[in-house]
Amino acid sequence: MTALRTLSRAMFYGFVRDRTAVFFTILFPLMFLFLFGGIFKDQSAPRPKVAEIGQVQLLDAMPAAARQQLAKALDLTQTADRASALERVRKGDLAGAVEQQGGLVTIHYSVGDQVKAATVQGVLQALVQQANVAATGAPPRFRLAGQQVEDQSLKTIQFVTPGLLGWAIATGATFGAALTLVTWRQKKILRRLRLAPVRTATVVGARVGVSMAVALIQTAIFIGIARTPYFGLQLSAWWWLSVPLVLAGTLAFLSIGLLVGAFAKTPESASAAVNLIVLPMGFLSGAFFPLDNAPGWLQAVSKVLPLRYLVDGMKNVMVRGDGPASIMAPIGLLLAFALLLSLLATRLFRWDDV
Amino acid sequence: MGNIIQITDLRKRYGEVAAVDGVTFAVAEGEFFGILGPNGAGKTTTLEMVEGLREPDSGEVWVLGQRAWPRNPRLLSRIGVQLQGSAFFERLTAREQIETFGALYGVDSHRSDLMLETVGLTDKAGTRVEQLSGGQAQRLSLACALVHDPEVVFLDEPTSGLDPQARRNLWDLLRDINRQGRTVVLTTHYMDEAEALCDRVAIMDNGRIIEMGPPVALVRGLDAPVRVSISSGRLDPALTAALPGVDSVEDDGVSLVLSTRTPDALLAALVEHGALDGLQVRGATLEDLFLARTGREYRA
Ligand SMILES: Nc1ncnc2c1ncn2[C@@H]1O[C@H](COP(=O)(O)OP(=O)(O)OP(=O)(O)O)[C@@H](O)[C@H]1O
Ligand SMILES: [Mg+2]
Repeated sequence: MTALRTLSRAMFYGFVRDRTAVFFTILFPLMFLFLFGGIFKDQSAPRPKVAEIGQVQLLDAMPAAARQQLAKALDLTQTADRASALERVRKGDLAGAVEQQGGLVTIHYSVGDQVKAATVQGVLQALVQQANVAATGAPPRFRLAGQQVEDQSLKTIQFVTPGLLGWAIATGATFGAALTLVTWRQKKILRRLRLAPVRTATVVGARVGVSMAVALIQTAIFIGIARTPYFGLQLSAWWWLSVPLVLAGTLAFLSIGLLVGAFAKTPESASAAVNLIVLPMGFLSGAFFPLDNAPGWLQAVSKVLPLRYLVDGMKNVMVRGDGPASIMAPIGLLLAFALLLSLLATRLFRWDDV
Repeated sequence: MGNIIQITDLRKRYGEVAAVDGVTFAVAEGEFFGILGPNGAGKTTTLEMVEGLREPDSGEVWVLGQRAWPRNPRLLSRIGVQLQGSAFFERLTAREQIETFGALYGVDSHRSDLMLETVGLTDKAGTRVEQLSGGQAQRLSLACALVHDPEVVFLDEPTSGLDPQARRNLWDLLRDINRQGRTVVLTTHYMDEAEALCDRVAIMDNGRIIEMGPPVALVRGLDAPVRVSISSGRLDPALTAALPGVDSVEDDGVSLVLSTRTPDALLAALVEHGALDGLQVRGATLEDLFLARTGREYRA
């Protein structure tokens, strides 16, 4: 067997036999996928809660179909206890409480949540108007028709998958490089390698190859799970362009790992340093939630982070359906970043602890 | 037979510490050479410079006719190294370790089974290194150093931390390696190990070689008295004083210890008195030599 193949095998076995490493590079990001993609799957604004105090003729007289329609807008409950209903409105537990005396429908609301208060008022206003028109016996002059259009907005899973995958790849590659370097230095394997007629390029090549393989495995598992009906990820035709992106991203994060490995003395401090770098980067790069509504400073910070380009590029080709042109800039920036940091890491590289 | 290793006035400082302070020696082909000394004597530093792992501050190192520094891959493929404490890839089995190290030297993976057999680890082939005992790990480490059939082998304290039985097993293994024609350079803390294994030994202290030569010759050259001890109370004190050739007498209540340079006459006299109960005769050892040269007890 060649030195490259055998060293790669040694690194790969070292990885897959390390339960902690497998957990943090594969299972941990998947847990986030379940969290974001699964639990927040049918996310929409909750309906305002409204209490109906005693008999409210306006609502009770509605036909069943209309009542159902109303339930989509308001979460109605009935109560006989007026005092407690008003107290709950005051505390903000209820968006409003309705009561009716003769022709007067009163809505009690607080301005704690103005949007909900306005919604409740609007809905009841419409009902009162409707009842008024009906009372005149004349047919209504204007009618509103609803027409549903195809939903084009990005579902949660659509932006969560590329984001979390990018973060998972960043974690895996950075940990891989940093921990290999630190443990191999600490366990004298680096020294031992230097005593064998093997070229440095072979050792580095093995690490790069293994990390790329791990990143592609992560990608396959992630996309595979997100595509199941439970999550319902829809891939665009250009999704496979994420492969070159993943490889370029792996190089960029390997270089960060090398830099960490050049400084850290123990595996523990290397892990801590990697976490300190990659986890905040996930938040700042839009890996966990979109940056569209983020403040300007955050958008600016994200522009110097490699994860931003990895995540953006993957969103472009995986779910937005952009073509090859959309990954040129991200790949170029990732490679430039990798080159710069690798040069720095090479200068700081140490064979020995002391 | 030429010299396989030639070292001249080797020096290495770490800040204030002169770790190696002017070391000169040569090792002949097929020789079993030992570097003996207490902790911090400079054994590892010397060995690492000979292997080409560290750059000497000054001095020259030639191994197999080539300079050891800067790193020289052609030389590296002809030497085998076992570092102090073992260096293993994490979570690989014994066989995978040997295969991996072998591949670094372009050695076919078939050889790993042979190496496992050589060091008696065939039944541990599938065991991960983390689960090997200290002695098994040392033997595996040796197998990894020998996998490419090197001409010269450097072993840094290959038996430290082993129980007496495991140490003796390893000694046999090391003798075999040497008998196959390989030059062996080993460092050790243990005087008895150096005496048992080495053709020649260099005793190091504070970065310098204080004595060098075959262990037996070194001890003989010391011209130290032989210590004869018998059970205390077997001999009348008056008789003790009259024994022939006794330089000094010590009695700790358990043993009576007599130092002599003429053991023949003394032992004959003891036989005559019928006082051989608990007899022990101990010649000088390398420890006495160390004490004589440094004025300090040898503590490994
Ligand atoms: N990398 C280093 N940096 C600073 N000092 C060092 C370094 N390596 C060794 N030393 C010092 O050099 C001296 C010789 O160390 P060396 O490791 O060669 O001793 P040794 O004879 O191998 O000891 P031991 O039997 O404990 O292995 C010691 O005083 C040690 O503290
Ligand atoms: Mg040492």
